[in-house]
Amino acid sequence: MLLVPALAVLVAALGYPLYRQAVISFQEYGLAQQFGQPPEWVGLDNYVALVTDSYLWTVIARSVVFCLANAAITMVIGIALAVLMTLTSRGPRLFLQIGLLLAWAMPHLASLTVWQWLFDSQYGVINWLLTNVGLDQFAGHSWLIDQLSFFTVATVIVVWMSVPFVAFSVYAGLTQVPGELYEAAQIDGASAWSRFRQITVPLVKPVLLIVLLLQIIWDLKVFTQIFVLQDAGGITAQTNLIGTYIYRLGLGEGEFGLAAAASWFVLLLTVVLSLYYVRVLVREEEL
Amino acid sequence: MSTRIRTRQRTFGVVAVVIALIWMFPVYWMLNSSFLPYNRIRAAEPTFLPLNGSLSAYGRVFDSNFFDTLRISAMVTGLTVVAALLFAFLAALALSRFRFKGRRSFILAVLIIQMIPAEGLFISQFKLLEGWQLLNSVIGLSLLYIAAVVPFTIWMLRGFVNGVPRDLEEAALVDGCSRLQAFFRITLPLLAPGLVASGVYAFLQAWNEFTLSLVIMTRPENMTLPLWLRSFTEANRVSDWAGIMAGSVLVAVPVMIFFLLVQHRMTSGLVSGAVKG
Repeated sequence: MLLVPALAVLVAALGYPLYRQAVISFQEYGLAQQFGQPPEWVGLDNYVALVTDSYLWTVIARSVVFCLANAAITMVIGIALAVLMTLTSRGPRLFLQIGLLLAWAMPHLASLTVWQWLFDSQYGVINWLLTNVGLDQFAGHSWLIDQLSFFTVATVIVVWMSVPFVAFSVYAGLTQVPGELYEAAQIDGASAWSRFRQITVPLVKPVLLIVLLLQIIWDLKVFTQIFVLQDAGGITAQTNLIGTYIYRLGLGEGEFGLAAAASWFVLLLTVVLSLYYVRVLVREEEL
Repeated sequence: MSTRIRTRQRTFGVVAVVIALIWMFPVYWMLNSSFLPYNRIRAAEPTFLPLNGSLSAYGRVFDSNFFDTLRISAMVTGLTVVAALLFAFLAALALSRFRFKGRRSFILAVLIIQMIPAEGLFISQFKLLEGWQLLNSVIGLSLLYIAAVVPFTIWMLRGFVNGVPRDLEEAALVDGCSRLQAFFRITLPLLAPGLVASGVYAFLQAWNEFTLSLVIMTRPENMTLPLWLRSFTEANRVSDWAGIMAGSVLVAVPVMIFFLLVQHRMTSGLVSGAVKG
């Protein structure tokens, strides 16, 4: 009985849409249907249309590359900062933690807005800095017009936002490694590197795995950052990732059938990835 | 400690401080720019300290429809927090205090469901609310938010309920408390920190969410704060970055304070629980 309210909400707001999504994805559901025409049953047509559309594959490939690149960069920087925290004394460590916390606490929209201002072509402080160190081509440089530089900006922002979580989680994992292990290994004559390899890495591995998986899941569905940057001057067709593509297809062009079919790609990918994540979690905790 | 180790530690300290400064810079720059008047924000040389700054940019924000959207955001968030906490609390009690069939699969389902991204479902959620005449309504958006945060709040609260030993409740029963009394006198007070943490989590999610509110709140008069910030930026991009930064400060700072208060609990929950970013 106690479960009923929670269940009801979940069914109404997630379960039923999931079912509707499946139904719509097999229907011709465009603008005409939006204005009252009954939707026509078209079987797998939407899926065929999507799979044979080369643009969808471009978008998927782009999303995957973007996701992996961002997850990798975030992990590397995050782990490096976590290790750095263990090597410094209290003062600098606290300062670094405050810096990371501030970035983490910023609401996404606010940080996106600030980064747009930092990258502003005319008065942005980044162009000013680059020009002043002698890179004159950056005077008035517009960052969002070009595809590659658009994604560079997006990556900088995503990494800036995501590193704190990785750094803190890994640091928490590192501090849980008992110090006696290191001492014992040192007495046995193990070098610093082999101590790191043989003791630290295996003990922190579960945390690293979970964090990496979460990063991949989050970076795969990145929407807000791309959407807002497109608004700010990116060329939509060249910069769509899967989230923004579905949005433009469904709510922009009214092709709900197609958009629903495309949504399944995101759903299936995340569910497969998170099944693994849940398995790791459940193994760690008694249910 | 040998001097060699100490100098090494000092070098790492310097590196840490430099990285911290780089990481904070955008936040500082937001505050700094929000205090600058027109002529200094649009100068060839950036101004790094807001000396002789002004608050006029904040005035321009207050003259826009900031307060209307603040009201919408407050209603959606309030509704989400209250409902999510209540529903999740009941479910957490059930999951941790009673053994029943399907309990384990319910927990697994909760964990999997909460990974479902809005980006994979918003098309049909839009159609759903359209069918129920709930587009552009606080109730409609809150419904989606509640469903989005309830799974994680259940997971988080379950951990807290597990932490309250049953013996305590039973001892109270032996001492002559009724079941209800035992619950209100013993269990609930012990759960207060958990309820606060979960509540703040729900608050942050609902307050900062962008994708769903973009999809559901299509009319300008129903914008939530993140949507407002976006359209305010679009409107003033060419002319008024100080105003835009003042808007960002107003959106960000209250939330950041909340976040810093509960950050510790959330980090541990993130790794041992599961959370949607």
